[in-house]
Amino acid sequence: MQLGRVARIVLGAITLVVLALIYLPLGVVFLNSISTSESLSWPPPGFTLEWWGRALHSTGALEALGTSVVVGLIASAIALVLGTLAAMALSRYRFFGKETVNLLIVLPIALPGIVTGIALNNAFRTLMGVDLAMWTLVVAHATFCIVTVYNNAFARLNASGTRLEEASMDLGAGLFTTFRLVTFPHLKSALMAGGLLAFALSFDEIIVTTFTAGTGVTTLPLWILQNMFRPSQAPVVAVIAVILAVVSVIPLAIAQRLTAKDAEAVSR
Amino acid sequence: MTSHRVSTYLAPRRRLQLASLLTAPVLWLGLVYIVALAALLVTAFWTVDELTGQVQIEWTTENVVEVFTEALYRTVTLRTLGIALLVTLIDIAVAVPVAFFMAKVASTRLRHLLVIAVLAPLWASYLVKVYAWRALLSSDGLIEWAASPFGGSTPGYGLVGVVLTLSYLWLPYVIMPIYAGFDRVPDRLLEASADLGAQGWRTLVSVVLPMIRPAIIAGSIFAFSLSLGDYISTKIVGGATQMLGTLVYDNVGAANNLPLAAAISFIPIGIILVYLAAVRRTGALRSL
Amino acid sequence: MSKSPSRTALRAGLAATAVVSLAACGTSSSDGGSEAAASLGATEGSVSILAWPGYVEDGSNDASVDWVSGFEEATGCMVDAKTYGTSDEAYQLMQSGGYDVVAASGDLTLRLIAADLVAPVNTDLLESYDGIFDFLKDKEWNSVDGVSYGVPHGYGANLLMFNTDEVTPAPTSWDVVFDKASDYSGKVTAYDSPIYIADAAVYLMTHSPELGIENPYALDEDQFAAAVDLLKTQNASIGEYWSDYLLEIQAFESGDSVVGTTWQVIQNSISSGNTDVVLPDEGATGWSDTWMIASESEATNCAYAWLDYIASPEVNAQATAYFGEAPSSEAACDFRDDCEAYHAGDEDYASQIWYWTTPVSDCVDGREDVECVDYSEWTKAWQEIKG
Repeated sequence: MQLGRVARIVLGAITLVVLALIYLPLGVVFLNSISTSESLSWPPPGFTLEWWGRALHSTGALEALGTSVVVGLIASAIALVLGTLAAMALSRYRFFGKETVNLLIVLPIALPGIVTGIALNNAFRTLMGVDLAMWTLVVAHATFCIVTVYNNAFARLNASGTRLEEASMDLGAGLFTTFRLVTFPHLKSALMAGGLLAFALSFDEIIVTTFTAGTGVTTLPLWILQNMFRPSQAPVVAVIAVILAVVSVIPLAIAQRLTAKDAEAVSR
Repeated sequence: MTSHRVSTYLAPRRRLQLASLLTAPVLWLGLVYIVALAALLVTAFWTVDELTGQVQIEWTTENVVEVFTEALYRTVTLRTLGIALLVTLIDIAVAVPVAFFMAKVASTRLRHLLVIAVLAPLWASYLVKVYAWRALLSSDGLIEWAASPFGGSTPGYGLVGVVLTLSYLWLPYVIMPIYAGFDRVPDRLLEASADLGAQGWRTLVSVVLPMIRPAIIAGSIFAFSLSLGDYISTKIVGGATQMLGTLVYDNVGAANNLPLAAAISFIPIGIILVYLAAVRRTGALRSL
Repeated sequence: MSKSPSRTALRAGLAATAVVSLAACGTSSSDGGSEAAASLGATEGSVSILAWPGYVEDGSNDASVDWVSGFEEATGCMVDAKTYGTSDEAYQLMQSGGYDVVAASGDLTLRLIAADLVAPVNTDLLESYDGIFDFLKDKEWNSVDGVSYGVPHGYGANLLMFNTDEVTPAPTSWDVVFDKASDYSGKVTAYDSPIYIADAAVYLMTHSPELGIENPYALDEDQFAAAVDLLKTQNASIGEYWSDYLLEIQAFESGDSVVGTTWQVIQNSISSGNTDVVLPDEGATGWSDTWMIASESEATNCAYAWLDYIASPEVNAQATAYFGEAPSSEAACDFRDDCEAYHAGDEDYASQIWYWTTPVSDCVDGREDVECVDYSEWTKAWQEIKG
């Protein structure tokens, strides 16, 4: 694009400053994880690796991590199926009430988590009369994750149009064959991106989780919430946060690469 | 093969195809979510046993009337709305240039790195980041330490702290849709506009901004709605500040008064519905 | 509490509530009055426990903090523990069922008893019970009509903490957070819970005797309004309301807060060395926690075994030290070197503490001629105070 040199430099500088600001608090978290002070005081009085050792041996944290991954995976899987179905319906068909269905999908993420949380809590316990458990948590997470998958899939389906699918049908392929061989390969990276976002949403969710997780179901955010209150545990929590942010780069990079390849294929 | 037979049967029947696609997601959202919301709203018209906190099915409009007449709720609603709007505006103001740089100025390689750099902090746990802000804002913290040589001081725990922290937390959620919006604007269009003699900034204002408006609104829904319901950050960096989320949470968690909490929920639900209705036409709901 | 109010009115209220809740759920399997176990049998193999964080530690958070493994080895009862953050959350969880044992504070115990969620405890079956301080036994928050509903665990007072550099001379009265709070405007802190209204009431008992407050948890309309007014004035000077104890530690270390309510454990954890705590002349509110057994428990033998185990001196010392409160017995002090700091066993000190109790409309101080303001009103008022 025809932008002046100055404009480019200014934009670059803004981006750099914003990124620095984004990483400043994370830097503080990292310092907490190696500071001898347990209570976030600045500047750190001294440094130690004790918290890192303790964190790596904290079975509580590891179990919570496992729970979060399981919940995130199942919830994302459900969201992938439901979100794709909804995206296919809304992008390929005309019908009355389309806007309402769209609103229905957006609502669970647009309404504040605390409203969603107490509504679902009340529905599970009072309306259905079931005890909160792992599955109630999964249902709650899947509900607000549908929208991320839906939006990604919908955008891709809209952008790609229906010509290829029509051609496939004209050549005699059935509905399922067309989906398997034409629509799905095209959707794959959008679903990957949507699924990853859904997983991330579920993984860090604390408010709805507080109200829908059953006895003994401790996700990582719940574990962090509980351990922030304990003696000598705050720096251990900081260690976990640092590890997560660093490790998350791997799936993010993979997703980026997939989307990039896709974009190239489309532009060619 | 059965799937073949189903396929042949469905192929000419568009209505049936649509029904089979829509049934599962609509049933899920309807049964799980809408029913739950409706039940919550009905609860607002019930009452609780004083000692045991059990919800009792005695119809009363007391809770709803209280929420809509008492000064407390008006004050807190206005404060919450103010905070949410301010956070949304700050985030958009910061996100637009960054997203533009990522999508239209940066090289492909740099762009991929930037996307990862913006998204990675989302994984570092919401709670931990809020605690980091508490450390930053403390009168013994980094901001005070850096600002005091210049005669400045930390804003401390309170309204300003809440606005800063929430803006920080939701920024990636606002950058990403706007980045995707810029990415969808074809370079050719910008070039054509420039060829016709439009200056860089005019191109930006008259061509690009209208095209990315849905993306900006999509980002704003995240920042606005997440701020509207927050109570955890408020507790940690808000000092003595109360928000709508605090009131709802305290009534469920501390007072065991679900009917009153449900009545208070009317306020954020109403605000969000109005907001969604206002932006519906822009197509923003599809850019989330 | 040294001032022992008549509990007739309260009991009447409890009975009435029990009837209502029974009528409300006709299918309830409870028979309306659970009986304490007469004798113990073989242990069941597992026990599910609901408690404050730090009460049931099995080493999974910190390998050196573990008193659950010893219990499991000794009794064969496998422990499944769940923690809760507030008394109200605990109440909800107990209603949902599935727990055998619960550690409850005084603002929860009566509700559990009233809703028939916990059963009386036959203390004769517990070896450790004899050694427990007498001033903790058979109190209004752990017994009804002389029938014990549990075993005391640990107790503490909500003390006055101050920054020794900023607040001089050392205060002996709560007036530094009330009438003189504006001297420290923006740096006063208070506990973020409706139950804190009782702290204002304790202050008014001394400073506004004309109100006639006898018990800070039994306030009639006028007394309540006076306490609320006091707190609304205080609000202008408040820097922060705290409920997470880590936050208060950090706020005092950094100087963001210089005066306000606290727990002994917070003072013990502060490393900056410029804070001190005092039990002011007016007295203070506090807590005394109780181990209770669920009325629907199917693991009564394991539950009794846990109550006995957690009250035994060495384990009680370990658990109360980890949480930061006074232990329940003199013998436990043999296993702790900080009993003095917590004033464990000091009956005079303990008598100045008004232990958390749920405010109900039948005044807990025994007055029959007025209605007291109940906890749901306390909660609403608390939100108005914070504005």
